Amino acid sequence: MKRFFPDFFLLLMAGLVAVWWLTRPATLTATEAVGLDHTGDISNGGIVFNAGGCASCHMTPGQTDRKKMGGGLALKTDFGTFIVPNISSHRTDGIGAWSAMDLANAMQRGVSPKGEHYYPAFPYTTYAHASIDDIRDLMAYLRTLPAVEGKTAGHDLKFPFSMRRFVGVWKALFLNTSPIVENPAESEAWNRGRYLSDALGHCAECHSPRNLLGGIVQAQRYAGGPDAEGRGWVPNITAKGLGSWSKADVAELLASGFTPDFDSVGSSMADVVKNMAALPKSDRDAMAEYLKSLPAVDGPPKPAKK
Amino acid sequence: MIRGMFVAAALVVGLSSVAALAQNATIAERQQLMKGLSQAGRAPGAMLKGEQAFDLAAVQTSLKTFADTAKKAPTLFPVGTETGNETAALPKIWSDKADFDAKWAKFGADAEAAQASIKDEATFKANFPGVVRACGGCHESYRAKKN
Repeated sequence: MKRFFPDFFLLLMAGLVAVWWLTRPATLTATEAVGLDHTGDISNGGIVFNAGGCASCHMTPGQTDRKKMGGGLALKTDFGTFIVPNISSHRTDGIGAWSAMDLANAMQRGVSPKGEHYYPAFPYTTYAHASIDDIRDLMAYLRTLPAVEGKTAGHDLKFPFSMRRFVGVWKALFLNTSPIVENPAESEAWNRGRYLSDALGHCAECHSPRNLLGGIVQAQRYAGGPDAEGRGWVPNITAKGLGSWSKADVAELLASGFTPDFDSVGSSMADVVKNMAALPKSDRDAMAEYLKSLPAVDGPPKPAKK
Repeated sequence: MIRGMFVAAALVVGLSSVAALAQNATIAERQQLMKGLSQAGRAPGAMLKGEQAFDLAAVQTSLKTFADTAKKAPTLFPVGTETGNETAALPKIWSDKADFDAKWAKFGADAEAAQASIKDEATFKANFPGVVRACGGCHESYRAKKN
């Protein structure tokens, strides 16, 4: 008995230390960040900006200038309310003082310059796959956007989600930082489309069901599910949902928001279309190429009719 | 006295279910009206993409449907029809009714202006997309996602 307690205590301590270490906000290593210090290509950065849909969340709400990244939008979810931060070039209120490395750690690892975890409402689960070159170019582009004054308020989250360290556990479960490997069996357009959809466009972040902890149910990726903000049902965009659509139909929806039936998409998808419409046509076609290749998967059952 | 209460209660139940029916009918009516818009847009949409030959009369008919719908639609979102019958209408319609109505008015005015300005294929291609841009502009704020 006398021996058991110290051993148990040591074990517990070791366990806590292990958890603490496992949930630490891990940043990029020098090898992972190779190329970040080169001069950024602003025009490619603009494409990354639109493909990534930055403006959809970060633009100052209640106005139409998609270059005003003042933040402040409130995202009401089951976990609480997230307030989107200011990512304008303002040096103190925005990210004007950031290095490309800061942006790379934010996007690929979900870690702030202060070394804290970001909440995955910021879709770094997708951006983790963005290339270092694209992140560097995006930083160059973001620096060209106007400075917007005003620091945004903090999030208002429920326990235990209010504990940032908890995100470390979440990341251990759901964050995959391995880069997307080119599939040589598929066309160049398909590979570009996959990169645009899975590394920047974060289509699957909304078009997939999530589990109780907010992780994407990978087996039903792209198969749709309830809207995270309670505004309807996000459609299944695997072959199950888009079976009758042509690639041109998908590309047209991304350009104009119109479905083949000339219905017009609603809620935040209407805003996504604004980002996609700003991309080169070849990129929308590439996304259509990839999305139309997704095998049919059944999504979660929709709630009964009311 | 007790009988009177029963009658009153029955009346309340009866009236409220009549009201619910009327609300559902209003929701169904506006859904039908919105469907009419997408149906009217289909042919001109195909003409824009070059999948169908340009037909001025068909375009004009569609524009008239747009203009007529824009006049009628704002009356089909009365208070009390926020939920039910699988409505995809978002609560913001009622919290920002003035903007909602203004957007319909602008869509109607744009459709009427296009009726006057569209005379051939070139003026169609120049003016039609601006009219239907209103669809996404409104749906972004006022319509839920839908499968």
